[in-house]
Amino acid sequence: MSSETKSSGNGDKSVISVCLGTGGIAAGGDKVFAKFEKEIKSKKLDTAIGKRVCKTAKTGCRGLCARDVLVDVTVPGKEALTYERVTADMVPQIVEDHLVNNTPVKKWLAKDSYHKFHETQQRLILGNCGTIDPENIDEYIIKGGYKALDKVLNKMTTKEVIDEVSKAGLRGRGGGGFETGWKWESCAKYGADEKFIICNGDEGDPGAFMDRSIMEGDPHVVLEGMVIGGYAIGATKGYIYVRAEYPLAVERLHIAIKQAKENGFLGENILKSGYSIDIVVKEGAGAFVCGESTALQYSIEGKRGMPRTRPPQSVEAGLWDKPTCLNNVETFANVPVIINRGAEWYSKIGTEKSKGTKIFALTGNVKNTGLIEVPMGITIREIVFDIGGGIPKKKKFKAVQIGGPSGGCLPEAYLDKPIDFESLLEAGAMMGSGSLVVVDETTCMVDMARFFLDFCAIESCGKCPPCRVGTTLMLDILIRITQGEGKEEDLDLLEQMSDEINTMSLCGLGQSAPNPVKSTLRYFRDEYLAHILDKDCPTASCVALHKYTVISDKCTKCTLCIRNCPVDAISGSKDEVAFIDKEKCIECNLCYEKCNFMAIK
Amino acid sequence: MNTTSIQSAQDETVDFSKVKKILKSYENVNGALIPVLQKIQTEYGYLQEPVINFVSESLNISVTEIIGVATFYSQFHLKPRGKHIIKVCCGTACHVKNAKGLSAKVIDKFKINANETTEDKMFTFEEVSCLGACGIAPVVVIDKDVHGTLSPDKFGDVLDGYTKPAA
Repeated sequence: MSSETKSSGNGDKSVISVCLGTGGIAAGGDKVFAKFEKEIKSKKLDTAIGKRVCKTAKTGCRGLCARDVLVDVTVPGKEALTYERVTADMVPQIVEDHLVNNTPVKKWLAKDSYHKFHETQQRLILGNCGTIDPENIDEYIIKGGYKALDKVLNKMTTKEVIDEVSKAGLRGRGGGGFETGWKWESCAKYGADEKFIICNGDEGDPGAFMDRSIMEGDPHVVLEGMVIGGYAIGATKGYIYVRAEYPLAVERLHIAIKQAKENGFLGENILKSGYSIDIVVKEGAGAFVCGESTALQYSIEGKRGMPRTRPPQSVEAGLWDKPTCLNNVETFANVPVIINRGAEWYSKIGTEKSKGTKIFALTGNVKNTGLIEVPMGITIREIVFDIGGGIPKKKKFKAVQIGGPSGGCLPEAYLDKPIDFESLLEAGAMMGSGSLVVVDETTCMVDMARFFLDFCAIESCGKCPPCRVGTTLMLDILIRITQGEGKEEDLDLLEQMSDEINTMSLCGLGQSAPNPVKSTLRYFRDEYLAHILDKDCPTASCVALHKYTVISDKCTKCTLCIRNCPVDAISGSKDEVAFIDKEKCIECNLCYEKCNFMAIK
Repeated sequence: MNTTSIQSAQDETVDFSKVKKILKSYENVNGALIPVLQKIQTEYGYLQEPVINFVSESLNISVTEIIGVATFYSQFHLKPRGKHIIKVCCGTACHVKNAKGLSAKVIDKFKINANETTEDKMFTFEEVSCLGACGIAPVVVIDKDVHGTLSPDKFGDVLDGYTKPAA
């Protein structure tokens, strides 16, 4: 089913689509795009060969960033073909062979694994990302864009819209999994002269980038979802709060807003329905805690983004004390799908309590890194091994870290457990925004816990002591353990502090900050004990505990470490196991990093 | 020590015309402080004391509150920064793919720690939270260029490209 068929609807034109998401640009997508334009011009292909006219198109993120730059070439009457890892040098031959002579350059075409990566997915939300030009509203409209908005504004009452979203079972994709319909309903019942709808694009969870890709690759779907939401709750103004780290998303949203206004989908009297709303983009300034709804609202007001106690809930008194409804980017992107295809159809996807699809950012030690969209209820095994292609360099799977700093690490035993909001909470992790970092046997779980706690301690806003002081004290203990100075009673203390911080912190950041520690203690206690009792890091990640010796059973005599040692401290040969001379070794860790067989400890 | 630096800051002649222009474009906008500071930082490179005082008077927001906001968000800088800004991503995906090794490369090459600037004011080194390019981890952003799937060795070559005099 490589009916990834992007039949581009361009009739007799050849179309070259170059992936220009952040990943694509980093891999040189800009240069590839420019080269295609130049080649096409110099060969005069844009004027015509026979009837064939050429067009180059920029698209957003295709999801499989590991294979960038991805380029689709569509010749009239034929299925689109995808080239992977394209560089500017390859462009002339692709143009010459594929466009002029109509024989695709086979050796550079995407391999089977590329198609497999896409086949297992169900791309309801990401469908447009990577196939349409995000800077051109017409392409969004051709794909059925703004149809849902038309239906909502001209045929549905606000109550019908809310009922439809409730019936579909849509839950917030930002972390907590709060029911969207219920949130809209509670906000709709408050009357006020001004009401706000906010799109939370402050995607701070390290390891998550689906919101960035939607905003960059399909910005109009966010606007459409927001205007529908705004209509449902009676909002007078909308804000999209975007992280400072996402300049391309900001730029494309600005373009989308301008085009939507010009086409009557935004602004005064939208589609002649009498409903008016303006949407503006607010750029964040770099603070993780601003992903929390009350903190985000203070940030829009121009203040320090520190969460406040609730109630009152935002739906009653939020931004500038007016009723405010706040949803995540991915949540809004689900709304047009629900309206177009109906709540009944939508609610058939997923599990009993978690409906629809979820986008995960699959990263870390896995072959195919990128964005994937799968139905709720899929197993971790399907994600990591079928879609992700397994662990590279023949290393062993150890865990997945799901949900970022609020989430947890799940071990091999959970590979076959279906994932949805409830099952993850039960297992001690969290859906969070959907970051899914695969961890192989080379990653130390104690160090992983330390990493996340370090993040939370830095990002704590400092308002409430359990979070401000508690995370710092826990971090101290973890650092001690990774340096071989831990005590056995530290583990009980960590567990006790985790519970205290969890119950006493003011906001979600503090409450969930100990989760990574709790989940690693639950599933990888033996690793903690090895650090404490044996003064040994089983993965040899904790540099302070390194012994720099070769495990002779594992050494394959490849001599890679010998060639990389900067001080010639390693002896050995193709016939002889490597040996590290402790006198000469400067403990730079390079041999450990280079070894493909985990033979150095 | 402290007094002299304040003194010198005041002695510097700062051109306020750009600040005035920025403030003008945000007249009557609710919650203008953060975007105003962002625009000012883009123009001047960092937030200088005289400029903060000027903004305080114009927007009728106390200097304390402005400093409070400026120090809360990691994007704002109260000290001058280098010509090139090296941002090493320290997100989870980069962490498991050895971002530490990339930081070590910068520390080793320029002899500066995170949030420090080289003496010649050419490079500022920052360790930043997730840049959202996890698919191509580990990632470093230098100025506006994103460099992905780096190894310490590859990163060394990238850095060399910036230190060599432009040919």
